[in-house]
Amino acid sequence: MSDLRELYQEVILDHAKNPRNFHAMPDSVRTADGHNPLCGDRLKVFVKVEDGVIRDVSFTGAGCAISTASASMMTESLKGRSLVEVQAIFESFHDLLTTGNHADRDEELLGKLAVFGGVREFPVRVKCATLAWHTLQAALKGSAEPVKTE
Amino acid sequence: MAVTSMKSARGRGEPVAPAPAFSPDDIRGDFPILQTTAHGKRLAYLDNAATSQKPQAVIAAMTRYYNSQNANIHRGVYQLSMEATAAYEAARERVRQFINATDSREIVFVRGATEAINLVATSWGGANVRSGDEIILSTLEHHSNIVPWQMLAKRAGAVLRVIPINDAGELCLDEYEKLLNPRTRLVAITHVSNALGTITPVRRMVRMAHAAGALALVDGAQSVPHLPIDVQDIDCDFFVFSGHKICGPTGIGVLYGRQAILQAMPPYQGGGDMIETVTFDKTTYAAAPQRFEAGTPNISGALGLAAALDYVSGIGMDRLAGYEHQLLLYAQEKLSRIKGLKIVGTAAEKAAVISFVLSYAHPHDVGTILDGQGVAIRTGHHCCQPVMDRYGIPATARASLAFYNTREDVDQLVLGLETVKEVFG
Repeated sequence: MSDLRELYQEVILDHAKNPRNFHAMPDSVRTADGHNPLCGDRLKVFVKVEDGVIRDVSFTGAGCAISTASASMMTESLKGRSLVEVQAIFESFHDLLTTGNHADRDEELLGKLAVFGGVREFPVRVKCATLAWHTLQAALKGSAEPVKTE
Repeated sequence: MAVTSMKSARGRGEPVAPAPAFSPDDIRGDFPILQTTAHGKRLAYLDNAATSQKPQAVIAAMTRYYNSQNANIHRGVYQLSMEATAAYEAARERVRQFINATDSREIVFVRGATEAINLVATSWGGANVRSGDEIILSTLEHHSNIVPWQMLAKRAGAVLRVIPINDAGELCLDEYEKLLNPRTRLVAITHVSNALGTITPVRRMVRMAHAAGALALVDGAQSVPHLPIDVQDIDCDFFVFSGHKICGPTGIGVLYGRQAILQAMPPYQGGGDMIETVTFDKTTYAAAPQRFEAGTPNISGALGLAAALDYVSGIGMDRLAGYEHQLLLYAQEKLSRIKGLKIVGTAAEKAAVISFVLSYAHPHDVGTILDGQGVAIRTGHHCCQPVMDRYGIPATARASLAFYNTREDVDQLVLGLETVKEVFG
């Protein structure tokens, strides 16, 4: 039960029930679709980039608590960030979920996203937490292929 | 799993003494894995539609083969090889008896139901399905009874037709009737839906297929473990199942094919054991079933499967089915009391599969939380994306019962769902 409390922290449950930036952005420059065929999670990420900085980011879709909360918190943490910072945050986030070997500098980069550290104890759920991030990467790269995590 | 309306041995004329009531407590000790724990909790294994657990008798049969019977079959002139061959062929005969086929030459050992369907699609389909021909499937099919036919249809230029289901998850037979036509070559339908538990009226559907001049394949992956099977009574042309879902090992399964059809089919894979004579100019093929068993087969798997069939027959398929049905009713009654829980798949004829969704939690989260309580269920689309699309849901949580499950397992599930409610409700 302690691992479960680690996984489903209050802040995660809050974002899962009331996702932020949960809407389409018809005028967004870049979008991408993400799909986790294993559990059926589907989401779409919308992102506006100006001068190498994320001006706005939002998402739509349906998924489990982990993927929804991760998408919600990702959008909150990235507004106003440069693309270079975004890449660094994603790498720190990925390390947090997979190896747990993240440096002190990562704590600062991750901020609230550190609550996802509990996912590490649930390897099959890592892809839920990273789906939004992989989809964002695809949107930034302008990839037309839907992202799949499995 | 079990049936809602069952034929019993009684009522067929001869007086039969009622079999003693089945109690899982008498046999749970036969399953080593049921004595283990998960996350320090008693294991409530409720994912039997994915695979079943194995009794010691099956494990012992396979160990015995490797300890004292191991040799290649159908070729050695020495005692060990002759014994291994005899044991392998005895396993084939055991399968024949179990599904009441006419002749053991109608039993082909394959890796599982998936390979059996691929074999039929490639061999029979390649020889008999032409451009413009039609194959009828149903919305209930597992991906393994969809994709091989799609691949065949693409190669041959054939067309797939799909029988729809109603809201309860039952096949719409009037729609099926309309789909049948002179171009229909084959009807391939599941006997029991792995995602919803629906038992389909295969006898009637096979009769309708034959009346239209088509053959019929029945996917018995989910029915063989839970219903008494008689392929002559069903009258299907092909019947497939996997050993691992009926307490047998993985990697062994069965294709039953009606003798005349099987003998006329071209080989599936080429290799040793499936030939009569080979020269570089010409090869002549062995008769079925050897024609379809190229290479050294899964001998220990066949022996394990035979031991599994002995095991469940020893309890009695009617008794198993009756017990599972009572447990299904108990579980459905308990689950239906949970607020916000909706059971998906409410067919009148239903095996002991309960697919459900919760209004306040995603199936994937339900699965993770239940796992923490020692409860193993399946979450996701269950390899049945068309079924999920039909209900407009991405996934369900699914508890599937076997004869070794108890009310305690169901109670543990219900208790686990209370934890889900605590976290998400």
